[in-house]
Amino acid sequence: MKEVGIISYGGHIPRLRIRSSDIANAWGKNPETITGGLGVFEKSVPSPDQDVATISVEAARAALARCNIAPKDVGAIYVGSESHPYAVKPTGTIVGEAIGATPILKVADYEFACKAGTAAIQTCMALVKSEMVRYGIAIGADTSQAAPGDALEYAASAGGAAFIIGREKIIANINETCSFTTDTPDFWRREGRKYPAHGGRFTGAPAYFRHIMSNAQNLMNSVNSKPDDYDYAVFHQPNGKFPLRVAKMLGFTPDQVKQGLLCPIIGNTYSGSSMLGLASVLDVAKPGNRIFVTSYGSGAGSDAFDITVTKNIKELPREKAPLVSELIEKKQYIDYSTYAKYRDLLYED
Amino acid sequence: MADGAVPRFWREIPQRYNLIGNQCGSCMEIYFPPRESCPYCRRKSMGKMKELKLKGHGEVLTYTIIYTAPEHFEGQTPYPIAIIKLDEGPKITAQIVDCEIDDVKIGMRVQSTFRKIQEDGYIGAIYYGYKFKPVEVK
Repeated sequence: MKEVGIISYGGHIPRLRIRSSDIANAWGKNPETITGGLGVFEKSVPSPDQDVATISVEAARAALARCNIAPKDVGAIYVGSESHPYAVKPTGTIVGEAIGATPILKVADYEFACKAGTAAIQTCMALVKSEMVRYGIAIGADTSQAAPGDALEYAASAGGAAFIIGREKIIANINETCSFTTDTPDFWRREGRKYPAHGGRFTGAPAYFRHIMSNAQNLMNSVNSKPDDYDYAVFHQPNGKFPLRVAKMLGFTPDQVKQGLLCPIIGNTYSGSSMLGLASVLDVAKPGNRIFVTSYGSGAGSDAFDITVTKNIKELPREKAPLVSELIEKKQYIDYSTYAKYRDLLYED
Repeated sequence: MADGAVPRFWREIPQRYNLIGNQCGSCMEIYFPPRESCPYCRRKSMGKMKELKLKGHGEVLTYTIIYTAPEHFEGQTPYPIAIIKLDEGPKITAQIVDCEIDDVKIGMRVQSTFRKIQEDGYIGAIYYGYKFKPVEVK
């Protein structure tokens, strides 16, 4: 099997933040109950001039800034999101133009709730392995929607990450990937509707936990590995609690999860969630480190990846683009009324 | 922006997304936005204007804070608009973002960032382009 892996990566997180306690106060809820129950303390908020296209462009440019590949050698761009700016007109076209990769370029937008970005990684892997393209860029980004007052409002945030997939100068080999998909209506947004709906507690056991558990175990069976073999584990992060619980159920420790766990401080970036977690791990990873990544997308499915960091990561100038920790530190708080204005909660249809 | 403006915007995508300017092959002066000919060399520059991608780094020459915004920008007030001298020479006017308005200073180093500029209501096209933010990577 030809080697395929990550050549470079980059992330982007909008600078604005709102505290969970401010949202709770706006709706007359007890802030401690909310933060204690969800494990989310604050979340990123896109400014009025940021959307999935701008986040994707910034993430892709950050990835390109760290490596020397010519944008014209990028043969494919796939952008996974559930908040593409247009219902019809691909975000990938905007990204392609903005990084100078057009016009000889394969592009499509993906949607699979929170796992559309990892699905884009798998597509790029296949195109690179089959030598249909030299490099592919897989992006997962969202400015996720949440109805005012809904439980989702405490976590639905904004951010994304881009991964350049290729065969040469790989900084992290993707040894294996597998997926687990069923028809499980735990969370959805109907055509033309502004906000998603969800099945409340139904989003837990039969959805998030079943799909991640099954897929993670399938991956470990197929590469004959066990949780101890990994230095880092990244799981999809709809809140601060689920990833730690699923990690424990699978036999991973909180120490393995810590570096990739961002939801408590930036919220759930949906398609960006597990990808930003992986970017955060790559920010500190050393040659030989092994990383376990499992995404989850409602509807429902999961993609899992077994990744080994190579010695090339030492030559990757990670300082040429902001680290995830730097993106998290740069922040400006807004109150709920500004949030409502920026997120267009006051609109009339 | 009315529907008829879509082609006009589309033609300007290279400069709006990637700061593509040009350089006179005769006197080497750099222009942004790109010019058909050099206003100094005039006919000597014909056929010698070469495309040049500007790096998007520069410094704030002067700025103002907008409190009464034009249509499409009302929701963002107050916000700074600056004249920025790019490292390659051209001066451009752009919005400063990711910065508290009290922190905008003459002489501050800025870099370009990709943002939504405006959208044509709820059904029209969305227009993207450059804005500037304080430098991230030194």
